[in-house]
Amino acid sequence: MRREGKIQVWQDYQKEIADDHYFYVRSCIRQNFFPGAEQTFLKILRSELNKDIYENPHHTSCSGIGYHSDIVPFDTIQTVVARQFALMTEAGYQNLAVSCITSFGIYNEIIETWKEFPAELEKVRNFLKTATGREFEIPQNVSHASDIVYKFRHRITDKAKHKLVNQQTGKPLKIVEHIGCHYSKMFPSKGVGGAEFPHVLVGMIESWGGEVVDYPERRHCCGFGFRQYLVMSNRGYSVSNSKKKFESMAPYKPDAIVSNCPGCPMFLDRWQYVIEEMEGKTYGENGQGIPVLTYEEMAGLVLGYNPWDMGLQMHQTNVEPLLDKMGIQYDPDLKYAGKDGKIIGNPMMVGCGC
Amino acid sequence: MKHIVIIGGGIAGIETASALTDAGHWVTVIEKEAQVGGKLNNWSYLFPDFTPVDKIKSVLQEKCSEKDFSILHQTEVSSIHRKNGKFNIEISGEHQLEADAVVVATGYELFDARRKEEYGYKIYDHVITSADLEQLLLPNGDLTVAAGENPKRIAFVHCVGSRDEKSGNHYCSKVCCITGVKQAIELRKRLPEAEIYCFYMDLRMYGKRFEELYREAQEKYDIEFIRGRLSEASEKIDKSLLIKAEDTLSGRPLKMNIDLLVLLVGMEAGKGTASAAASCGIGCEDSGFLKTADSFLKSNFSEQEGIFLAGSCTAPMSVNDTILHARSAAQEVNNWLLRR
Amino acid sequence: MKDFGFTMIKQRTIDYDQFDGRLLNEVLEMEPSFKVCLSCGGCTATCSAVDLVSFNVRRMNLLLRRGETVELESEIKKCMLCGKCMLVCPRGINIRNVIMLIKKSIPKYKTVTL
Repeated sequence: MRREGKIQVWQDYQKEIADDHYFYVRSCIRQNFFPGAEQTFLKILRSELNKDIYENPHHTSCSGIGYHSDIVPFDTIQTVVARQFALMTEAGYQNLAVSCITSFGIYNEIIETWKEFPAELEKVRNFLKTATGREFEIPQNVSHASDIVYKFRHRITDKAKHKLVNQQTGKPLKIVEHIGCHYSKMFPSKGVGGAEFPHVLVGMIESWGGEVVDYPERRHCCGFGFRQYLVMSNRGYSVSNSKKKFESMAPYKPDAIVSNCPGCPMFLDRWQYVIEEMEGKTYGENGQGIPVLTYEEMAGLVLGYNPWDMGLQMHQTNVEPLLDKMGIQYDPDLKYAGKDGKIIGNPMMVGCGC
Repeated sequence: MKHIVIIGGGIAGIETASALTDAGHWVTVIEKEAQVGGKLNNWSYLFPDFTPVDKIKSVLQEKCSEKDFSILHQTEVSSIHRKNGKFNIEISGEHQLEADAVVVATGYELFDARRKEEYGYKIYDHVITSADLEQLLLPNGDLTVAAGENPKRIAFVHCVGSRDEKSGNHYCSKVCCITGVKQAIELRKRLPEAEIYCFYMDLRMYGKRFEELYREAQEKYDIEFIRGRLSEASEKIDKSLLIKAEDTLSGRPLKMNIDLLVLLVGMEAGKGTASAAASCGIGCEDSGFLKTADSFLKSNFSEQEGIFLAGSCTAPMSVNDTILHARSAAQEVNNWLLRR
Repeated sequence: MKDFGFTMIKQRTIDYDQFDGRLLNEVLEMEPSFKVCLSCGGCTATCSAVDLVSFNVRRMNLLLRRGETVELESEIKKCMLCGKCMLVCPRGINIRNVIMLIKKSIPKYKTVTL
């Protein structure tokens, strides 16, 4: 593998990422799957980077899951998106910071639609005005939250308490990066590094001391696929996709997987547990799983945040092997403690490799 | 004596220059490189009969040294203007030439395989282009891959940068199919133990003895042809490559581990072609190559009286076709000058 | 093992690395004319059996070349060995002999499946 070739591709796909003053739009599902991730992002932006990031409690789901499941019509989702933009405009912001990859794809798809078909834009302006009385401006900059962390990755390095380095061996941790399909596969130019060799997570991992695992199935979908997962009997398609990736990455003995999507870390995390239960197979060292993080959680660990405060106990595949390698101190007894320190009970389905 | 300026000192330029000199004209060739021969200098053997390129090159060299035409090396044209029925040609170094006729013989550029990002050219260690392979096919060429071993399994991908919306090229580059067959046979001769596969969409064996060579590749050299376009290549931990395609005749996806991937890169019009053509009032085809006044009867005429076209600046062309096209260009220029 | 209400899906991809070429090589050695098949389908178009049963002579080449011996074994049983395909073949392949060779050798490799 020649790095110069990748650097060339990365240079070909650089995008503009707003510097400050973001209007934050959340993901519907991340707050359930990885409840600390978005909070960690806001904390990093506000307290570490001194950025202005605003969120309006009245913003809603972008309805992308419904759209991709053929439940929400295009007119409806365009109007929902227009309403988000109206909230942004009313709050005096122009830069959209998107937590979710599905939403990021939706916002880009709709903005591009309006560029190609201005009549759609006029129609949607009319829908929104009629339904809510609101008006909106199209954001000047649409960045995924991972773009923003990427942009300021070196400032995070400067403040790092831990590195992505194995404290026992002194070697960089080997990290699999997994990019949500709708980040750049729809519009390669809208992702840092494009669609084939995205740089967004690679940049973070390398700046924080880790080494990226480039394995053959790196492009492959995690298997979420909306319809594949939403119907239980179809979930075999979903888990088979994830399994294909695990089989492909396992020879590299990765220390962790990091992703910038809501669905991907969920499935890469939960399916490891399911595969162990179904087939008795695990992909990490010593019969354990491969810990899966969101990029915010990874940044949080680098910045020395308490893993239990970030909600890492919510991961089904235990993260302790990674914490141990990074030399992060944690209290195992407090893993399932609530905010007030009281134990709230252990989960019934214990993590992969327990 | 009429003066003809020929832009480009590749096969087409030299061949045209030679024929026009024979016809008694004063000819100047402008060549941007230090040596003549163009892309021929990067090739080793020619299809369909494995003629060493040196044979053609030495004939070109002979013509250059024996015939009375001049070559301005490392020189580029900056503009062409018509003035009093003649052409004023500004060249690098702020010099000017005056010509009665101009022949454009600027050739083509190879498709930059990096643009097919999914194949990982210049990123994965063992992905090469047909042009790279051509150098390795010389007797001292090193074909070894990881761990210094000869590749055990090799795949060729046809139509890289051709017939491909994503590359911006809808046309067929014409010569890659037979180049793939030729190179596969050459590899087989060097590596008798290797498995060799060609992934093709159609096999376009249009020329004399091409189809026969294809048959020989199957019959005598055990080259396996699989119909399907590669979707992607990935490098594995041992530096071997995982490739994916549909085996379209079976109707199922197929994956395969290989040691060497050869991309059969197509031809493109040179990067400056469109702007250069516009500046002297000649047109380009949708393909980007220079437009000929009539595809049947005036394949050497541009849309501008007095500016002629020779060789692969008009369309992808084999060496053989280029020689013929150049000779016909000389004939057309000569006839035109006589008529004036 | 837990039942989650769904199962793993077997991959449809032809994994060439798992391909056992012994039967193919044996057939090609005995009937080298088979190497030059173009998959044109002339054989299938003229086949006496093809209109009556689901049989495709052209696919014998592919099944053999992808190592699909199980399907191959059941498919070749449908051939009536009339030899009409050989009248059509543009590459002069002795198709009847190919079928006979497969019939003869396949029991040796039958256990090999993809």
